[in-house]
Amino acid sequence: MFRIVSRGRIKSPWIFHLNTGSCNGCDIEIVAAFTPRYDLERFGCLLVGSPRHADVLLVTGPVTRQMLPRLIRVYEQIPEPKVVVAVGTCASSGSPFLGSEMVEGPVDRIIPVDTYIVGCPPRPEAIASGIITAVMSKFR
Amino acid sequence: MVVERNVEKEVEVEYARLRIPFGPVHPALKEPVSLRVSVRGEEVIDVDMVLGHVHRGIEALAEGRNLIQTLYLIERICGICSHSHTTCFIQALEEIGGIAPSERALYLRTLIFEMERIHSHLLLLGVMAYEIGFDTLFMFIWHVREKILDLFEKITGNRIHHAMNTIGGVRWNLTPQIASEINSCMKEMEKAVKYVRDIFTDGTVEKRICGLGVLDYSEALKLCVVGPTARGSGVDIDVRRDHPYAAYNDLKGNFSVITRRDGDVHARIEVRVLEIFESINIIRAILEKLPEGPIRPEENVLRLMRRIPEGEAVSLVEAPRGELFYFVKTDGKGGLRRLKVRTPTFSNLIGLKSMLLGCEIADIPVIVASIDPCLSCTNRVTIVDQRSGESKVVSLDALRRVVREK
Repeated sequence: MFRIVSRGRIKSPWIFHLNTGSCNGCDIEIVAAFTPRYDLERFGCLLVGSPRHADVLLVTGPVTRQMLPRLIRVYEQIPEPKVVVAVGTCASSGSPFLGSEMVEGPVDRIIPVDTYIVGCPPRPEAIASGIITAVMSKFR
Repeated sequence: MVVERNVEKEVEVEYARLRIPFGPVHPALKEPVSLRVSVRGEEVIDVDMVLGHVHRGIEALAEGRNLIQTLYLIERICGICSHSHTTCFIQALEEIGGIAPSERALYLRTLIFEMERIHSHLLLLGVMAYEIGFDTLFMFIWHVREKILDLFEKITGNRIHHAMNTIGGVRWNLTPQIASEINSCMKEMEKAVKYVRDIFTDGTVEKRICGLGVLDYSEALKLCVVGPTARGSGVDIDVRRDHPYAAYNDLKGNFSVITRRDGDVHARIEVRVLEIFESINIIRAILEKLPEGPIRPEENVLRLMRRIPEGEAVSLVEAPRGELFYFVKTDGKGGLRRLKVRTPTFSNLIGLKSMLLGCEIADIPVIVASIDPCLSCTNRVTIVDQRSGESKVVSLDALRRVVREK
């Protein structure tokens, strides 16, 4: 049963995007990936407003102290099976904000991450390819 | 009496539907500013703001790093106006160190600056179109914006964080081939933005955004709002003209400061659309006048950095959203003793309260978007109904649905 649910998600991964303190660069590139030039929606992806509807969690930013409990809560609210994609260098490794008092990240210190998309910010193509790779490897 | 209560209850149920199931977080596309809005029925009667969800401690981090590391750190304050931040910081450093960049470097800085303004304003216009439920226009504008990002990539190698500035100059030069590409791109851009202007002056769109979120002249002066928000209310300020920096002194004749007196959402949008045309003019003038010469000092940048003495300086630039202010105090060993940044959105958010008072709940996202806020915190609104004292948390996304139904 779990497998059927999982397989059903390959063709239409719904995406929830959480900004945990990014500089807006990655967030804009994620939106740009959904606009006509790159058009992620042709893979069946859709940006949704609630984690309960989502299959894929895109996390940007180096998890600030205020966002830490919210990140955990959002992660718990996404139904299984789920995929977590860390978008951008901040989310993947924390740099250049490593060492700050207010930064608790990177993301994989807090929740399990399936795919890392590095770049500051990553190009929309990279984001598209990262999401597709994550979805194809996890939802089989 | 009883009937009246029933009617009230129905209204409450309407709003209860807006409560979103996942609690207080909804960082959507942009600017997750958290507002506490008190309403009586539909009318907004009080606004409170909670900031700081994206406090990353950048000023404190900068004090522990050297100047070059700080340069790339502060570029990450904002992904939309990254060049404004570095220019402002570098200007302060150059003032302390007594380093004068070459003419060509100043012109190239200005070129990137104006391209960034176009890309930032287009981004906002797209978001604005999205907020009023005009998705086709949103997609169109973001498609046009990609052309500017392509140019950025050709000049500097990156779409968002350009890393163009360095102490005493810029890092990338402009080849004649790219210059002609910029010229042809500006032609397309002008055509596209004219089309966008026509849509924003169309009756349907005008009806939606005219007279919304009014911030009148005296209020704008009192609250010290900056940038297009102030200019939309008739306050004639622009750092580019009032305190010219980079190459703006030479380009004074090539642009005018756009102001509108209405102070509503439509005026702020109009100011931004027209500013894109001014930016196109500036870019054309830059390409025409671009002087020859070196783009940066021969000396190694680390050696330059160590030569900057102890001192302090204040620097101002006109970022796409308004006046950006930096206070820099160096320690004379290539490090920083104090860095203070005041971003334009911080000034503009204060004006938000006057704009929102008296408007309807469904207008909140449109008005919030109209000041083009550029924070990164949380995108949510708490609605406190004064009659029942009950407080509900509604995401801007749910609000957007209401807006679209309107």
